[in-house]
Amino acid sequence: MSYASTSVIQIIPRTRRGVELMLLIIAIAVSVAAYVNIGLTVQGKVPASTGYYAAGIGLLALIAHLALRYRAPYADPVILPCAVLLNGLGVAMIHRVDLGLKAAAEAAGRTPRGPAAPQQITWTAVGIVLFLVVILIVRDHRRLQALTYTAGLAGLVLLVLPLVPGLGVDINGARIWVHFLGMSFQPGEFAKLCLVVFFAGYLVVKRDVLTLAGHRFLGLDLPRARDLGPILIAWGVSLGVLIFEKDLGSSLLFFGLFLFLLYVATERAGWLLIGGLLFAGGALFAFSTFSHVQKRVTDWQNPFNEVGGQVANALFGQAWGGVLGRGLGQGRPEILQFYAQSDFIISSFGEELGLTGLIAIILVYTLIIERGLRTALGCRDVFGKLLATGLAMSFALQVFVIVGGVTGLIPLTGLATPFMALGGTSLVANWAIVALLLRISDQARRPQTPAAPVSDETIAMAVQKQ
Amino acid sequence: MNSAIRRLAVAAIILMLALMANSTYLQAFRASELNGRNDNRRVRDAQFSVDRGPILIGSTPIAQSKPVDDRFEFQRTYTVGPAYAPVTGYYSFLYGRLGIELSQNSQLNGSDPSLAFRRVVDVITNRKQQGASVSLTLNARAQLEAYKGLAGKKGAVVAIEPKTGKILAMVSRPSYDPNELAGHDLEKVGAAWKKFTEDKNKPMSNRAARELYPPGSTFKLVTAAAALSSGKYNPQSQVRSPAQLELPQTTVPLINENRSNCGGSDNATLTVALRLSCNTAFGSVGLELGADALREQAEKFGFGERQLPELGAVASQFPADPNPPQVAQSAIGQFDVQATPLQMAMVAAGIANKGDVMKPYLVQSVRTADLKTVSETKPESLHQAVTPEVASQLTQMMVDVVENGTGKPGRISGVQVAGKTGTAQTAKDRPPFAWFTAFAPANDPQIAVAVMIEDANVPRDDIAGGRLAAPIAKDVMEAVIGR
Repeated sequence: MSYASTSVIQIIPRTRRGVELMLLIIAIAVSVAAYVNIGLTVQGKVPASTGYYAAGIGLLALIAHLALRYRAPYADPVILPCAVLLNGLGVAMIHRVDLGLKAAAEAAGRTPRGPAAPQQITWTAVGIVLFLVVILIVRDHRRLQALTYTAGLAGLVLLVLPLVPGLGVDINGARIWVHFLGMSFQPGEFAKLCLVVFFAGYLVVKRDVLTLAGHRFLGLDLPRARDLGPILIAWGVSLGVLIFEKDLGSSLLFFGLFLFLLYVATERAGWLLIGGLLFAGGALFAFSTFSHVQKRVTDWQNPFNEVGGQVANALFGQAWGGVLGRGLGQGRPEILQFYAQSDFIISSFGEELGLTGLIAIILVYTLIIERGLRTALGCRDVFGKLLATGLAMSFALQVFVIVGGVTGLIPLTGLATPFMALGGTSLVANWAIVALLLRISDQARRPQTPAAPVSDETIAMAVQKQ
Repeated sequence: MNSAIRRLAVAAIILMLALMANSTYLQAFRASELNGRNDNRRVRDAQFSVDRGPILIGSTPIAQSKPVDDRFEFQRTYTVGPAYAPVTGYYSFLYGRLGIELSQNSQLNGSDPSLAFRRVVDVITNRKQQGASVSLTLNARAQLEAYKGLAGKKGAVVAIEPKTGKILAMVSRPSYDPNELAGHDLEKVGAAWKKFTEDKNKPMSNRAARELYPPGSTFKLVTAAAALSSGKYNPQSQVRSPAQLELPQTTVPLINENRSNCGGSDNATLTVALRLSCNTAFGSVGLELGADALREQAEKFGFGERQLPELGAVASQFPADPNPPQVAQSAIGQFDVQATPLQMAMVAAGIANKGDVMKPYLVQSVRTADLKTVSETKPESLHQAVTPEVASQLTQMMVDVVENGTGKPGRISGVQVAGKTGTAQTAKDRPPFAWFTAFAPANDPQIAVAVMIEDANVPRDDIAGGRLAAPIAKDVMEAVIGR
């Protein structure tokens, strides 16, 4: 009987939806507290929009939670609350910068721009709708494998969409936006999702071939030369994104994801070596050829050369925040204009919540990433493993690239800060990604023989058989 | 596959840890460096809106922050701005800080660690942060007298209390009005900055402490001090003083200003040589003593050290490795000898204080808004430059200069003044520098002063220089000793 108490507990499947609900309540409480705090400091009163904000975030989170209860009861209980917390805090900070920009505009006698926070709440709603759609329609993630090449094609189309004349627009030197029906989108955010599906489906089929060893070099089994095709194509597409859309961040993200999935599919570290060399070559080529890449690197090395430079201001903001922060509403993130809501929202948090708040936020991201990879570990099919790994690592890469850029660790490349940065496309796409991750985790954590309650006798028998 | 996924999980954690480590470095360890930068708008704005403490002389503010109804909340205002500008400096939203406003910034805006307790009290009692006041050692009468004396001239005056090292006056003209840089109309501030920085007369340079000039004959005090301290000379020693002194290694001789010998003798006493400021006499003394003895003596008076950290004064210099003709030139304050007016005032002050050169200082005390003393400067000895005996011999010789020699325009009726004139030239085609350094009363010195006038449009002799600079010194000394 002693066997049962040690090894069986882990097997008993639990849905953990109650845990999720508790965590969600905490996440919403923290977000609403931040919102109220900002109103109290900046305007001296509880903002009138608190109800709208709290009800919006709360209701959306509740709907997502109920969808999981109903359709994915075994889904990971931590991921959704983390995403809600980041989304909620993001809206609160966007609101805070709205207020700062309004005050600054009024002081300078300009007409203030309309607030961005309500927009972001609307986009959150759209994101949750997509979340529901994914949870309700994709009943089994393995069915996505049939869409491998469709997803690949869709991903490529989305990637080149900004290059279509009349559709794409240049913003801040990068051509990654599409204007359509009076709204702007960043199709790259959805391309990411499609490409991960494609990579996963493709590698499921090709992994056996790509695992075959060629030459041995420095203790690593290098792949055969004839199998280099796929990685070269992925590299070429990434370079294309870099050259034609001038989008360093996405370029790095796509190539990185492909490389990680290739490594997971084949378990050949040789691919990482080849990929690393290709990446280094591409980076060197880009640095020596493109002035905008060189500028990013010099700005990173000497952020203070340019008076009023963005990175310099972000660093000043974080230094001003110090360890404990100025307090919500008491910093001056609006110095960075609306970048304080988008690319540099992390430095706004660093300024007002300090190092402490920033580390907490990074830890929440880490939780999402690691829970995603945990899902990949527990997943029973190869496609699901690859898909979950790709989705989780997309967060890891994206957070590293943008937070690292804003805090001066690496050269700045424009990628959206997941769930936090102002911007509809990114937010909606991330909710879809989270929905997919949760769908996979539901499958991974679901008991294999459903509804068969485990009794002590069966366990004893199972043990005896061994 | 799982082992690869686990490795990726570790890699992802490493990436996140790198972000956290970098943020920790940035926000915990690099924060104070970034907050101290002049181009940091957040800190600049925040500090500009602080109720900054006043800069005081006695209990009279010469710089104070007055509440105003605009986005900056307080307007920094300077009383008699141009007269005090070399000391107070300015505090500008666009152009940062200078002078006491710069060096005492953390005290004035209340952010200094020594005011931490005060800040906590302010937070608890919900009061706005209030800066500490900084009291200066300046004597308002001496300062304004010096400022008036330099009207229409280009030059500087420094006065020191010999017993303590307190700076009693520090003036540089032409000057600028810090009020114009402290304004809140930033366009006007920009225009004023342009006007000041592009003016060829450089009104914003502090000629008293941050510019170097050839001290000319006032440096003969240092040469005389070295001679008397060597034991080989006394005030009555006869030294070679021909009309022109042949120098080794060169065909260019050292000549006296009036091309005659020294008071009718080719072998004048040291006293007479100083009285008449004979170049050949001090040139030959310098050659006799050597460069090292001269440099050592100069350094005992403070040469080679940066004085007055409150203003970041520059170090006066004695040339590093002069050849013999250069030594002779250096002994009379020419060649590469360079000194601030502050340094020459310190030479006079050292002689006045029985050879003990006191460390000059400007900040008397720092007090919190509720008048609790944060710090109080105590007088400190810098070096014993000469023995009290040598100091008293030098004093007698300097009294003789004022009573019978080139320093006559520095005389004050009823008070014994000890002084030395100087006229230095750097190039044939530019007007010389006129100097006068003195202290009074000779028997109980209360003030030592150095006056330097740049581009003095006078004949190139000491009498002329003395005639120009000495009256200003006299007025400043009278302001302090109350005549």
